[in-house]
Amino acid sequence: MAELTYREALNQALAEEMARDDSVFLLGEEVAEYDGAYKVSKGLLDQFGDKRVVDTPISELGFTGLGVGAAMVGLRPIVEFMTFNFSILALDQVINSAAKMLHMSNGQIGIPMVFRGPTGAALQLGAQHSQACESWYVHAPGIKLVTPATPSDAKGLLKAAIRDNDPVAVMEGELLYNVKGEVPDDDDFIVPLGVADRKRKGDDVSIITHGRMVHIALQAAGQLAKEGIEADVLDLRSLRPLDVEAILETVSRTHRAVYVEDGFPYVGIGSQIVSILMEEAFDDLDAPVLRVTQADIPMPYNKKLEAWTKPSAGRVVEACKRVLYVD
Amino acid sequence: MSTKVHMEALSPTMEEGQVVKWLKSEGDEVTNGEIIAEIETDKATMELTARGDGILRAIMVGEGATAPVGSVIAVIAAADEDISAITSAAEGGNQTATSDVGGNSAASAPAEDEAPTGATPTGAAPAASTAAPVATPGGRIKASPLAKRLAADSGLDLAAVLGSGPAGRIVKRDIELALTEGVASPARTAVASPPASDVDYEDVSLSQMRKTIARRLAESIGPVPHFFLTIDVDMGRAMEARRSINAMLEKEGRKVSLNDLIIRATAAALRRHPACNAHWLVDSIRRFNRVHIGVAVAVEDGLITPIVRDADAKGVAQIGGEVREMAGRAREKKLKPEEYTGATFSISNLGMFGIHEFTAVINPPEAGILAIGGVEKKPVVVDGEVVVRNRMRVTMSCDHRVIDGATGAAFLATLKSMLEEPAAILV
Repeated sequence: MAELTYREALNQALAEEMARDDSVFLLGEEVAEYDGAYKVSKGLLDQFGDKRVVDTPISELGFTGLGVGAAMVGLRPIVEFMTFNFSILALDQVINSAAKMLHMSNGQIGIPMVFRGPTGAALQLGAQHSQACESWYVHAPGIKLVTPATPSDAKGLLKAAIRDNDPVAVMEGELLYNVKGEVPDDDDFIVPLGVADRKRKGDDVSIITHGRMVHIALQAAGQLAKEGIEADVLDLRSLRPLDVEAILETVSRTHRAVYVEDGFPYVGIGSQIVSILMEEAFDDLDAPVLRVTQADIPMPYNKKLEAWTKPSAGRVVEACKRVLYVD
Repeated sequence: MSTKVHMEALSPTMEEGQVVKWLKSEGDEVTNGEIIAEIETDKATMELTARGDGILRAIMVGEGATAPVGSVIAVIAAADEDISAITSAAEGGNQTATSDVGGNSAASAPAEDEAPTGATPTGAAPAASTAAPVATPGGRIKASPLAKRLAADSGLDLAAVLGSGPAGRIVKRDIELALTEGVASPARTAVASPPASDVDYEDVSLSQMRKTIARRLAESIGPVPHFFLTIDVDMGRAMEARRSINAMLEKEGRKVSLNDLIIRATAAALRRHPACNAHWLVDSIRRFNRVHIGVAVAVEDGLITPIVRDADAKGVAQIGGEVREMAGRAREKKLKPEEYTGATFSISNLGMFGIHEFTAVINPPEAGILAIGGVEKKPVVVDGEVVVRNRMRVTMSCDHRVIDGATGAAFLATLKSMLEEPAAILV
């Protein structure tokens, strides 16, 4: 174990997997000469050369299509988006090509490909660059999605994504890159896709969440603990495939749940979780499942307004108390 | 075409009603708008009218039986129409109603309804009482899915559990409380007629009004943070004022009581202290621009608070007239819902029963109530001399979420000054 930042853990995963399998290559805007906009690919150009670490023009649809084509002929491309906001330009390649190719080729052509980069709001980047894009990616069948919240999960999930034979999006958090944590040194350390992780144990209320919001949930749980309320914090880690069993397990103990996400509420990830709980855990529920989300408006640029629209520990505490029927 | 006769919500707070009397029998012709039954609500006895023309084909809830609001209690249809679908469906949904009174209503229900058609309880759960309440249409009991499951597992009847969640939703903690402390389910356990006179107790079944009083006041003293302020008022001048008013009214044959003066003075004092003339609405406080005083009136099996509207703008004689007229109808249970709902503040006076001091329980969402004791001759010190004066003790119960100590005290000081110098009411 070594203490690494989230950024270093991702870098380590990329380096290890590229060393392990020479069909793996990285492409994206400024990933080579500049070490990546967030320095995730630092040193990789020197280590693996410019055939495997490729700078692209500013043309998301083009280079994502290049990646899909490369995957079709047997390579394992990793496409870095400077942020997932920019990948909206490339969604035709993601949704219509990568996600559907295996089905439309009658199982003949798989797409072992990774899309990665930050998702969610950072600070004062305005409406177009502050979106959580998870819902866009998990809506259509055929693509997997993971959202690591810690350095260890970042390494394990990215390595699992690179080794997976389906297209996998790895959504990172811009505000997580400097978060530090213990990361296993093992070259074969993998966090399997589709397995949630309980980040805190409690029996009073379930806070279910993913990505950066895990940290907001833990803060809220800390505040609740001061009032004698013990929250179970379940980090889904993987939104497709989804660990339904873990969701049902926590709710079967606490009988109440709050979903926290930094995406918009409308048909958000939380909507899917609420739906599953309605269908599978109806008789376990003692209160309606509540969601704490980004406000349903384009992100304001104004700092105070921005803070007001974001999910906060205070709002999570409030929602937990509502499902617990306490003031 | 058939018309279902529902137990209608005949008072704003009614959750179930008791059929006092059917004014029509099965087989009678009824017309739309015709009064067909008398229903005892939680507040008064009200008339139930037909909502369609035809023959009163079936009465499913007999006299003396209780049914939740929204349940089908009778069917109006053409003489030859097939109504078996309605009567059998209603039987399934109405199990709470019929199980309350057992034989009474079953006797008046058509024979085909005897077959159980409701949800079949599973496992070892006792019959009907556990399965029925959750399925009651219209007057359904709000309970969380978990609470329903726990109640079914333990054979607990949800109808007997008080809900503490939003809008009275029964939640897990309510079931746990009911299981540890037991439920008050008097309607079900009531002994219809005591078998012999040598028993040393009598079980009295709860009237709709008694149930409402129990629920409302338990709701109050639990969550409402009460505190109490007591003040002594010298009533000498008020009694003089009453005497001269009554002298003026003598030839009209009218009279006012001290209580009418207290109502008038309270209204005037509330005008000056709007913070006390308020309702607690959980996420806000509503301060009223008008003053409607609820006056607690004892009736045969409980109490009710008819309301003197705009009491600050009425003369004492008018207030007295209204109170006596409404109190009379309250005792006959003839008050209309709008006559006993919407008070902004209340007064309870037990002086006539020889009580010199007591505390009253707030009627939520109101924020205060005055408990008025009787006027008594007391030795008091005036200018260094002990003299005998007519004194009255007033205790105000305040909801601390709305009224703070100093706020309530200032209101009481104004009220005291008005009663001790009635001319101040006019200022």
